[in-house]
Amino acid sequence: MRDVGIVAFAESQLTYGTTNTPVEMIVPTVNEVLKNAGIERTEVDFWCHGSCDYMTGQPFSFVAAVDALGAWPPIIESHVEMDGAWALYEAWMKIQTGEANVALVFGNGKSSAGDMNRALTLQQDPYTVAPLWPGLTAMEGIGACAALQAGTVTERQMAEAASRARRDGAKNGNVLVSGSESADELLSRAVTSAPFRDHDLPAMADGVSAIIIAAGDAAKRIAKRPAWIRAIDHRIDHQNLGWRDLARSTSAAIAASEVGVHNDKVDIAELHTTFSHHEQLLINALQLRPDATRITPSGGALVGNALMAAGLSRFGHSARAIFDGTADRAVAHAQQGACLQQNIVAVLEGN
Amino acid sequence: MSDKAADKPLRVRMPIGIDYKWCAGPASTDYLTGLKDGRLYGRRCPVCELVYFPPRNGVCARDGVMLGESVEVGPKGTVTTFCIVNVPFLGQTIKLPYVAATIILDGAHLGFSHLLQEVEATDVRMGMRVEPVWRDKSDWDYSLENISHFRPTGEPDAPFDDYARYL
Amino acid sequence: MGANRCAVIGVGQTNHTSVRADVSIAGLVREAVDRALESAGMTLADIDAIVIGKAPDMLEGVMMPEMWLTDSLAASGKPVFRVHTAGSVGGSTAIVAAQHVMSGIHKRVLTVAFEKQSDGNAMWALSVPTPFGVPVHAGAGGYFSPIIRSYMRRSGAPAHIGAMVAVKDRTNACKNPYAHLHEPDWTLEKALETPMLWDPVRFIETCPSSDGAAALVMVSEDVADTMNVPKAWVHSTAMRSEPTMFAGRNQVSPRAGELCAEDLYRKAGITNPLEEIDVCEVYVPFSWFEPMWLENLGFAPKDHGWRFVEDGVTEMTGKLPFNPSGGVLSTNPIGASGMIRFGEAAMQVMGLAGEHQIDGAKKAMGHAYGGGSQFFAMWIVGSEKN
Repeated sequence: MRDVGIVAFAESQLTYGTTNTPVEMIVPTVNEVLKNAGIERTEVDFWCHGSCDYMTGQPFSFVAAVDALGAWPPIIESHVEMDGAWALYEAWMKIQTGEANVALVFGNGKSSAGDMNRALTLQQDPYTVAPLWPGLTAMEGIGACAALQAGTVTERQMAEAASRARRDGAKNGNVLVSGSESADELLSRAVTSAPFRDHDLPAMADGVSAIIIAAGDAAKRIAKRPAWIRAIDHRIDHQNLGWRDLARSTSAAIAASEVGVHNDKVDIAELHTTFSHHEQLLINALQLRPDATRITPSGGALVGNALMAAGLSRFGHSARAIFDGTADRAVAHAQQGACLQQNIVAVLEGN
Repeated sequence: MSDKAADKPLRVRMPIGIDYKWCAGPASTDYLTGLKDGRLYGRRCPVCELVYFPPRNGVCARDGVMLGESVEVGPKGTVTTFCIVNVPFLGQTIKLPYVAATIILDGAHLGFSHLLQEVEATDVRMGMRVEPVWRDKSDWDYSLENISHFRPTGEPDAPFDDYARYL
Repeated sequence: MGANRCAVIGVGQTNHTSVRADVSIAGLVREAVDRALESAGMTLADIDAIVIGKAPDMLEGVMMPEMWLTDSLAASGKPVFRVHTAGSVGGSTAIVAAQHVMSGIHKRVLTVAFEKQSDGNAMWALSVPTPFGVPVHAGAGGYFSPIIRSYMRRSGAPAHIGAMVAVKDRTNACKNPYAHLHEPDWTLEKALETPMLWDPVRFIETCPSSDGAAALVMVSEDVADTMNVPKAWVHSTAMRSEPTMFAGRNQVSPRAGELCAEDLYRKAGITNPLEEIDVCEVYVPFSWFEPMWLENLGFAPKDHGWRFVEDGVTEMTGKLPFNPSGGVLSTNPIGASGMIRFGEAAMQVMGLAGEHQIDGAKKAMGHAYGGGSQFFAMWIVGSEKN
């Protein structure tokens, strides 16, 4: 396997209700990540993009994004109908084939374009589930109830996750929600859609995330301290809620095992928590020890969830911690699908 | 399950209605506001200096930079190519057959599609010089539909070489 | 070229037709998948990773259907990937699947591309009117026919060329049991009498709207070497993209297509494509794209593609058969069409194309394009290792 490292990261200022088009959102962030890397667009061998038509409300919505890349002369580029974290995976794979050395990946989503909770119903079984229009919050609620009943997650753990996310978000600066409430204070608030309180739900956002990865010497040339991707793996669970144990995320556990999360210490783990109970489920699945590992120090998607970009942002924030020496070894995670159905996990190292 | 059931799977009709908010974005907003006033504004790329009408997301796709200054273009233009539409499609409001022409307005360097009328379909030629016919001012909105159609100006056709590189 | 070789050892496709009311989406997918697995001598349990491709989800009304299809593909616990690159998606999906193997990460990969577009309204899904636009287009035909007119003018091609290609592809399709359209009685005269849909494109020169799926099983060299089945070795893959519109863009012979082909041949060690390639499955949804792609792919000099058609070069008996399967012109489930091309190319060098087999085919090209002629995906497969 070739050594591949994350060498630059850029994230748009998260907002909700932007009047920019997706293309107008993408251009500045792509140009920023190129600037952060100190390279020209012509030095990028492969571009890969993650986004979702149904979230934009237009078929072929990603096609316009090519306009944002200055794709002339023609470029080598691909698109996945997945979070940008999987676009990173495709680029990493392409570099492993030897056909590219430097890749730029990005993910973008405009959650304010519509009622995403309702639209995400369409991810479900079209014959037996979608026609009931459950909405994502209800599906996640079922998952949270299962976990609470099984005792793999507690209400207190959910509140602690939300409390920490809001406090860390305040330090991060690029989130939509922040606060200083303790877990107790949050627990005293009303349950609004059982078992969730408002702060247990993701703060939906509009945003773009972009990352540049590079192989070996190219990575060392671009970044002083690349965040080397030591291992990366992704897995999926059954979708049908009745076919899997909702009290745990099996696919996240498999991916974590495949990448060897515990081959060495884990300084930080950026988990793509969108609903607060995900945090503990993922801590369980990845067998993390919160006393030894900082969990999602960026605040994470709970306080700023730009669909299709938030997962890639976890990779970006982990990498940033390695760039600035805050961490030597980090775990990055992204997910998609209701109830943590699909997960991607990577181990990043600075040395 | 009986053979009969296996032969005829159930079908369910599920109407899907989702509302989306669509933003024109800053560059298109200028262009659309211009149209509401009966003006045609494109934008020039600061790198290649070519003018886009319409300004499509406000970016020069070739250079990957935001387009710059607004530039008034037209009103006349050249037909680079066209087709004659005979087939109806969902949502179509125009009477068949009609000519959909790709037109580059004078001063711009990108073609756009619009109706070509007041001419027999068989008389339409690549290179034809055309001008816009605006609807009644009271019907104007933020839309290129303020122009009802284009029609020939009667000028001599543009030489092939003038527009060949835009094909 | 990557360090690891990759071989196609199984190809499957559905019986394509306008409405597959006899199966659910999962049933359609499994029909192609099961046939591919059977021809590979494998089961779902043997598969390490699954790569799924299709065009916009509005065509069926299911968002990211690969997540739901996990249940029908025994994919729980495995990596599942979803590619979406517009019309070229079937091709780019096959390429991404090949890269799963060529990267050394996986040994046995299943890839499937599909579209069950009768479930929705295809014409609407292809051109959902967006606010602030002008509703002048009439679908893909309305978009591409002016470009075709430009080609005819530029090259001086006579008006019957499009009809010649259409007759060829529809006649070829009669030898392909999976093709959607089986119309044995076309002649050039009859073809030229069909009405113009978007002048200059005639009724017969247009692809149908189909439900269908195609699947491939791809394995690493060490696995392929242990298997006694026909193989198609992936000699090279290439992809290129360019913007939909920019001032001065050549829409008749897009530069992205030319560069993609050049890259493809170079990586496959091909210096004279016309001589060295035995058969091509090329994405031709409107028949005039055949002469245009002949030029774009470097087989014919500029403005001479139509002469190749007229001289019968692309007939099954010609020097470079194009689309012995009948092509997109006879079968078009949008998300699957690219993979059908890539799969049919593989079938040719595997000797599995039955009645539409080109005898002795050892090297074949699969080609797909999408968007406003802006996304290109191609591969070269061979009966021998590269």
